[in-house]
Amino acid sequence: MAASGPVPALFPDVTMALLSFALRRLAVSLPSLLLILIGVFALLQLAPGDTVDALLAQMGGGDPVQIQQLRTFYGLDAPAAVQLGRYLWRLVQFDLGFSAIYGKPVAAVIAERLSVTLLLMVASLWFAAVGGVVLGIIAARKVHRWQDAVISTVGLLFYATPAFWLGLMGVVVFAIKLGWLPAGGFEEIGSGKTGLLRALDITHHLVLPTLTLGLIFLSIYLRIMRASMLEVSTLDFVRTARAKGVPDGAIVTRHILRNALLPLVTLVGLHAGTMLGGAVVVESVFTLPGLGRLAYESVIQRDLNTLLGIVFISAVLVIAVNFVVDLLYARLDPRIRVKGH
Amino acid sequence: MAALKRYFRSPAAVLGLTLLVAVVALALSADLLFPRNPLGLAGRPLQWPLDNPRFWLGTDTAGRDIAAQIFHGARMSLLIGVVATSIAIVLGILVGAVSGYYGGVVDEVLMRVTDAFQTLPNFLLLLLLIAVFGSRIETVVIAIGVVSWPAPARLTRAEFLSLRNREFVEAGRLSGLGDLRLIFGEILPNALPPVIVYASVVMATSILLESALAFLNLSDPNVPSWGNLVGQGRSVLRTEWYVCAVPGLAILLTVLAVSLVGQGLNDALNPRLDEQ
Repeated sequence: MAASGPVPALFPDVTMALLSFALRRLAVSLPSLLLILIGVFALLQLAPGDTVDALLAQMGGGDPVQIQQLRTFYGLDAPAAVQLGRYLWRLVQFDLGFSAIYGKPVAAVIAERLSVTLLLMVASLWFAAVGGVVLGIIAARKVHRWQDAVISTVGLLFYATPAFWLGLMGVVVFAIKLGWLPAGGFEEIGSGKTGLLRALDITHHLVLPTLTLGLIFLSIYLRIMRASMLEVSTLDFVRTARAKGVPDGAIVTRHILRNALLPLVTLVGLHAGTMLGGAVVVESVFTLPGLGRLAYESVIQRDLNTLLGIVFISAVLVIAVNFVVDLLYARLDPRIRVKGH
Repeated sequence: MAALKRYFRSPAAVLGLTLLVAVVALALSADLLFPRNPLGLAGRPLQWPLDNPRFWLGTDTAGRDIAAQIFHGARMSLLIGVVATSIAIVLGILVGAVSGYYGGVVDEVLMRVTDAFQTLPNFLLLLLLIAVFGSRIETVVIAIGVVSWPAPARLTRAEFLSLRNREFVEAGRLSGLGDLRLIFGEILPNALPPVIVYASVVMATSILLESALAFLNLSDPNVPSWGNLVGQGRSVLRTEWYVCAVPGLAILLTVLAVSLVGQGLNDALNPRLDEQ
């Protein structure tokens, strides 16, 4: 049936097996999520000062009675274990608590910022994956020739470049010297643009951040892609295809690429967290109002509730990405499904 | 010897070693060439490189000699890299060895903890640790080590899993060696090479992590760090962009050196047919 070629089979029973495989992987990640929340909660207990202290610092002090009332209001007078229990219980009800600094629910604060970070991450990931795959293929096809040397060297350079520095130098060249791109921000404030014009404006603002965050991952992907292209192209089934007279282009796209993509897909999952971490730095360089910047600001302002919320959302995001990666992996590599049964 | 020969046959590996030796030379000569405090006032602020023969890399916003900070910063970066990497590798080996050797419930628990660490973005955990424990340089280095151990742990565990039932281990077990002797005396020496090669990756990331923290003003401001300098130069990026450019280049070259040496070691120790 589907054994004759690399066409993915989509029969109901296979889909079910795929789904149960992915669900099982998802179930394994739940203990990790719980561990993270307990660990981070315990960690934050060690932090000097709590939300009320931070709030008081902002207001410039307060009288002891008021302070006590605030502590009671935020539930900070209970023992740590009770606080943790309450926190987890509220979390089950999708309540992330209240941010004293921003004066609104943490969920609302995060929701405002999440879309910027997601947009940045998805754009960077696409750029890195497509660029990495294309350059990796070129390098592997011209292995040990000048094209390979140039691509590999540039890849190595970007791998070693600190993201914040790459961003700053990008600002110097493209924003300050050439004036092609804005130096920061998510969109032109107060321009009143809507619809397509606004989308274009945002795209214009996101070019530099996307390149900054994406180039580092592109350099990793291109190296992996090159290596795995070279490895797969020596395998027997490729030789068979060649002997059968399959045209060169078809061998690359249908036989080699599909198999060479597997390690790349794994890496994308592993990098989901790294990319979020990179977003903290990149959003700070380009003053983007995203989740990463929020994390940084919460550290500075000791807004522990928001910080805990960001930790939770980030972990969920990483788990979600890995879930998608598992599905993709199983689709690309039919052998996984056999193991999944 | 064959491995050494293979190493020196690769131009990239030789370039990496040369760069690394150069960075070490910067670090070693820092006190000799710039005996004064690199964070002290040296002259008029924001002099361009080569404008004043005394400051061939210029001065920063606070009138400090950039060259002095680059030399002393090399020492800091290498120190941070080596110490944080050692912490991460030792922790990783301990967790990985115990996990891979004993298996079962111990393995399950340790791997869930490792999962948890890998699910939480590294840099976010680092921010949390800094927020809680402060940003003295010792704390920063330990924190970087603590967020970097999961990958070496997984690597060690995989090696242990494949080695623990080999004949030489069985022989040791039959001759009455205890678990500790088997783990550290028999299996670990054989499991070590890939972990040591991986240490170069950890070191490169450690240096990048510290510089990112320093750039965000979250590392120790009282040590000469390249990242600190980039962070300070940001305010004058529009006109005096060299304040950011110079230390960033230093970070780039150091990380490049460490990665190239690691890659070279890897290729020299595991010669692959397709690279011939």
